[in-house]
Amino acid sequence: MILFNKVSKRYPGGYKALIQVNFHLKRGEMTFLTGHSGAGKSTLLRLIALIERNSSGQIVVGGQNLSRLPNHHIPYLRRKIGMTFQEHRLLFDRTVFDNVALPLVIAGFRHQEIRRRVRAALDKVGLLNKEKSYPITLSGGQQQRVGIARAVVNKPPILLADEPTGNLDPGLAREIMNLFVQFNQVGVTVLIASHALGLIKSMGYRTLILQQGNLIGDTYPRR
Amino acid sequence: MKHSTHLQNNPRRKAKPSQQGHAWLLHHLYVLFSSLGRIARTPLPSLMTAAVIGIALALPTGLYLLLENVQQISNDWESVAQMSLFIKPEINDDAKINAFAKKLEQHPDIHGIRIITPAQALEEYRQLSGFGDALKALEENPLPAVIVIQPASSEVEANQRLLKNLEQLPEVDIVQFDMLWLKRLFTIITIIRRGVLILAGLLSLAVLLVIGNTIRLAIYNRRDEIEIYKLVGATDTFIRRPFLYIGFWYGLFGGLIAWVLVNISLWLLKKPVKQLAILYESQFELVTLDALSSFILLFCGALLGLAGAWLAVGQHLKNIQPR
Ligand SMILES: Nc1ncnc2c1ncn2[C@@H]1O[C@H](COP(=O)(O)OP(=O)(O)OP(=O)(O)O)[C@@H](O)[C@H]1O
Ligand SMILES: [Mg+2]
Repeated sequence: MILFNKVSKRYPGGYKALIQVNFHLKRGEMTFLTGHSGAGKSTLLRLIALIERNSSGQIVVGGQNLSRLPNHHIPYLRRKIGMTFQEHRLLFDRTVFDNVALPLVIAGFRHQEIRRRVRAALDKVGLLNKEKSYPITLSGGQQQRVGIARAVVNKPPILLADEPTGNLDPGLAREIMNLFVQFNQVGVTVLIASHALGLIKSMGYRTLILQQGNLIGDTYPRR
Repeated sequence: MKHSTHLQNNPRRKAKPSQQGHAWLLHHLYVLFSSLGRIARTPLPSLMTAAVIGIALALPTGLYLLLENVQQISNDWESVAQMSLFIKPEINDDAKINAFAKKLEQHPDIHGIRIITPAQALEEYRQLSGFGDALKALEENPLPAVIVIQPASSEVEANQRLLKNLEQLPEVDIVQFDMLWLKRLFTIITIIRRGVLILAGLLSLAVLLVIGNTIRLAIYNRRDEIEIYKLVGATDTFIRRPFLYIGFWYGLFGGLIAWVLVNISLWLLKKPVKQLAILYESQFELVTLDALSSFILLFCGALLGLAGAWLAVGQHLKNIQPR
């Protein structure tokens, strides 16, 4: 589903955020991505959604070679990838409902269908009672969950989560992780960037480890 | 929640086309009116922008109307333009004059004729001049017959040709036809018309720039929002749409303001023009903005708004890429 072949990313300033990264995530696989701050986790996720383009190497997502994907196809790639962001990236002048509905509105869904799906997604993350609230009135953890609802609302086959448990207490963090496990169980390929090492270990999934842009570990749990 | 595991999962393809069309229309309407709402949220700056556009559109519209009015006045004058054929004195027999007049009437370039026989001319002269008694002393009528011709065409060139033709007729002594001043007037009107066109072009450009700048500001004010839209898979077309509608609304309101301004000016001019017309015993009616011209004005406004927005969006949307 996601294939990295000798992928490097050099930012305009010349900084090498990723160096010759190789890995392959199979369809329906759940994987964690960890490493110190600045290791290149966010960069790696952004390359998959073409928020940045890689400098060299090859990235294949769902059979599509991203280097050859023209810019005007990027929106359609992003519709197949649900993504949550480290800084949430919510619209603060729209209600929770409107925020979650955004990917569906963009894809041209019918009104009733949008209502149904947004409700289902909000229910899933436990925020159905907050649909009319504005994100500013929510806690960091609740905002994160709005972001998750938005990422899954159009049922994308791939889910990328950047630091989804950043500001959450351990109990809530585990709850969120379990949410991703549930999405994975219905066939979604999930990649979660996080430096909550303890939590990752306890979850028992494949883990990619980055250090200064190098992929230094690709561990499978012993089962 | 059920998740599809296929990348080629395209919701557009799954839904029935008619339903999608319906949703598409609804979306357009929604964006149309939400962009109107966005304009209404900052009433004063929006009004000022629309007013600038309105004034820029009102100027050429007003000048155009002025020209139409001048044109109408000069058309009136032109229909009065007649040619007077002075018949050679040898031809003083009424029958001969009538025969000649009959011949002239067949001419395709001549609309109508009126004969003034020497006797009629003398009578007229007698009444007007007050030399009645002196003229009685004349043994012979010294005045020639005159045939007054109403040309069929209102074109200066055609009339010049007709004039030449008539002058060459053996029966005709001289033809009197002073069209030079009318010709000059028309030339001046042509020049002014071109000037108005140039002015309209320049002011349209100004409207484009005003709207372009307004849209540019709107885009940068909503930069974060645009980035988020792009992150969740919005196409450029989708993101462009509300800005195009904002341009459309500004243009339309500008056109509306121009319409109001022009009509107020016309209303202010109506009374003095009427008085002037009475003094000249003229039936002259001020040409105003009819339904078609009003529509064209609003249409041009809206079109300029759309175009200005299109240019601005095309230029600035590319610069905004999600981080
Ligand atoms: N747009 C950019 N331009 C230049 N350098 C960048 C840019 N984005 C990230 N970097 C650099 O690339 C490196 C990797 O950044 P990245 O955000 O991928 O790290 P991370 O692993 O997500 O860190 P964290 O855990 O703090 O989120 C950092 O050193 C950062 O300074
Ligand atoms: Mg990061």
